[in-house]
Amino acid sequence: MARRAGALIAAGLGVLTLGPVAVVIWHSGGVAPALSAADWAALRFTVLQAALSALASVTCAVPLARALARRRWPGRGALIAALGAPFLLPVIVAVLGLLAVFGRAGIVNQVLAGLGLPPVSIFGLGGVVLAHVFLNMPLATRMILQGWQAIPAERLRLAESLGFGPADLWRHIEIPMLRAVLPGATLAIFAICLTSFAVVLVLGGGPAATTVELAIYQAVRFDFDLGRAAALAVLQVAACGAGVALAAMVTQGAGFGAGLDRMQPLPAPGGWRLICDVVVITAATAFLAAPLIAVALRGVIGLPDLPGAVWPALGASLLVAGLAAPLAVGAALTLALAVAQGARWQGAAAMLPLAGSSLVLGTGLFLAIRPFANPPDLALPVTVLVTAMIALPFAYRLILPHAQALQADYGRLAAALDLRGWAAFRLLILPRLRRPLGFATGLCAALAIGDLGVIALFATEDGVTLPLVIQRLMGAYRTDAAAATALLLVIAAFGVFCICDRWGRADAEP
Amino acid sequence: MLSLEGLQIVQDDFRLEADLTLAAGARIAVIGPSGAGKSTLLGAIAGFQPAQAGRILWHGDRIDTLPPGRRPLSMLFQDQNLFPHLTVAQNLGLGLDPSLRRVDHRAVDAVLERVGLSGLSARKPAQLSGGQQSRAALARCLLRARPILLLDEPFAALGPALKAEMLALLAETAGPALVLMVTHDPGDARAFADQTVLVAEGRAEPARPTATLLDHPPPALAAYLGQG
Repeated sequence: MARRAGALIAAGLGVLTLGPVAVVIWHSGGVAPALSAADWAALRFTVLQAALSALASVTCAVPLARALARRRWPGRGALIAALGAPFLLPVIVAVLGLLAVFGRAGIVNQVLAGLGLPPVSIFGLGGVVLAHVFLNMPLATRMILQGWQAIPAERLRLAESLGFGPADLWRHIEIPMLRAVLPGATLAIFAICLTSFAVVLVLGGGPAATTVELAIYQAVRFDFDLGRAAALAVLQVAACGAGVALAAMVTQGAGFGAGLDRMQPLPAPGGWRLICDVVVITAATAFLAAPLIAVALRGVIGLPDLPGAVWPALGASLLVAGLAAPLAVGAALTLALAVAQGARWQGAAAMLPLAGSSLVLGTGLFLAIRPFANPPDLALPVTVLVTAMIALPFAYRLILPHAQALQADYGRLAAALDLRGWAAFRLLILPRLRRPLGFATGLCAALAIGDLGVIALFATEDGVTLPLVIQRLMGAYRTDAAAATALLLVIAAFGVFCICDRWGRADAEP
Repeated sequence: MLSLEGLQIVQDDFRLEADLTLAAGARIAVIGPSGAGKSTLLGAIAGFQPAQAGRILWHGDRIDTLPPGRRPLSMLFQDQNLFPHLTVAQNLGLGLDPSLRRVDHRAVDAVLERVGLSGLSARKPAQLSGGQQSRAALARCLLRARPILLLDEPFAALGPALKAEMLALLAETAGPALVLMVTHDPGDARAFADQTVLVAEGRAEPARPTATLLDHPPPALAAYLGQG
């Protein structure tokens, strides 16, 4: 049954992803305009910054996830929950926080100046990568940490009984786990960074540091040159498609087999390894907390300036998240179960939205709707749909390994007992996949609340969401009011994420 | 009566053919060298292993077109017979109704008592010993009361005493069911099964009396038993 439902969803995704691109191309009269040297430079910069950002994020995340997996201290749970925070932060607000710490007049440069050292610049490639690491390293850590937690207790007990030291554990258990988890994590971040544009808008820009997404935005927004936007969109699709194919080739199962639900803590070696873990956790916490604190302080100062328009916008944002997150996670779960049962091509369909950016999909839908209705009237439904599609690949990536393990371990038993449909969902899928489902739902809801993409193309005065209010306040140079609204938005996004994630971990954490 | 008619399973260079008939209510051991296809044979009957040719019939009706859960059989695997997140009572209840809505709890309690697990219905599988887990899985097969019972070495991880105990319990409780049991141990075959199917050299032979087969083994079986 999951296979048939999966096929339907996959077909719908195909239409919704490829349709808008086709509409843009058709509307522009074919991909006629030749790509200029500047467009190729944009492609090169896009791939370079995304690759560096993904590698740097994952490289930083592995030691942090390992330290979190094997150490226990009061506040560990809070730190793991807080690792969602930078990802929940609207990108533009995260950039403001980073500017407060690493910018020209930021804390870091003040310290450097005090020491008589030359200042560092946050603008250009380095700043773009720094911002992407700030935004994505926590996500990578959470994904890798789930891999560590998924190592069965039986395997750890066997390792201990064989007298494995930390190095043996690394070689025989942790590396195979990482080989299964890292390609997915790296690809997810690579894809996020390929289509990232708010970061590049502020920290990049100019001929040397423009991404394809930013070029599409400029073509649509400033020039309304849809032919060039379409050509750039095809470039974007090609780059993302290559990334997806690459990751599919290197991903492999860890083959750990099933374990009964006994809890077995990871060995926590002392000595220099303990010191390393403490340093890693402290440094990561400082790196991630400082910009958040800067934003929070600024927001508290601006609270008296909070405009009345934020409350209906908050309602609209919560509505979008409440509809888009279940839509994305439900579709992702159905596809993951279908793929786990052997329907391989549906996995490719789940990754399709990665190839289309929010702006490409939005522009295509805008043009598709215009003959039949006034696009601003449909701003919220379109935002729900596009946000759910953009979030779906991440939810799918998070759920798939767990769905595959579920099928490998209990698929035969469920089939033998004729456990199908709603009963299988209630008695098998929901209890066994509760943790990744809660995390994925929280993630999608946070993405939906903080997303500023398609809504900007559609909305006029009514039906605006919180990120759009912030953008408009910033455009009007009401920085303190913008920061205060951002604070409200962060609280909403973080709150929704916490509720979902806590639901998922309710009966899983010791 | 279970009939395998011209059954052929081909997987890369692995090949298994079966053309045999087993009487309802019989006790059958399935024995043969490792990798000969004992588990594959049971998997084909249960519906987990697609066959390239042939038919499987129960009392003359084709069952190989049915999904595993609709076939007139229950199967015990080598492991993963219980869902770890459900209680013993829920795991057993799945045998009566996969949605757990119309479960006769008295029937569950009664069968738990029969296998010696009274009072453990609220436990999770991880809180049971290996022998108790085997008993719980067997209890679910008894609840389902399907006319065929397939055992793919479910007791292989148990010690000799526990295994003998489980075989005795099985013999006592299986009732009118046709039981096919894969085993590595000729002793198990002699103790439990009056007839034995030999799986060797790409063929599942028709069942023969266990004692005759083991006393005068054909060369492939003799080599496996170490009498070559």
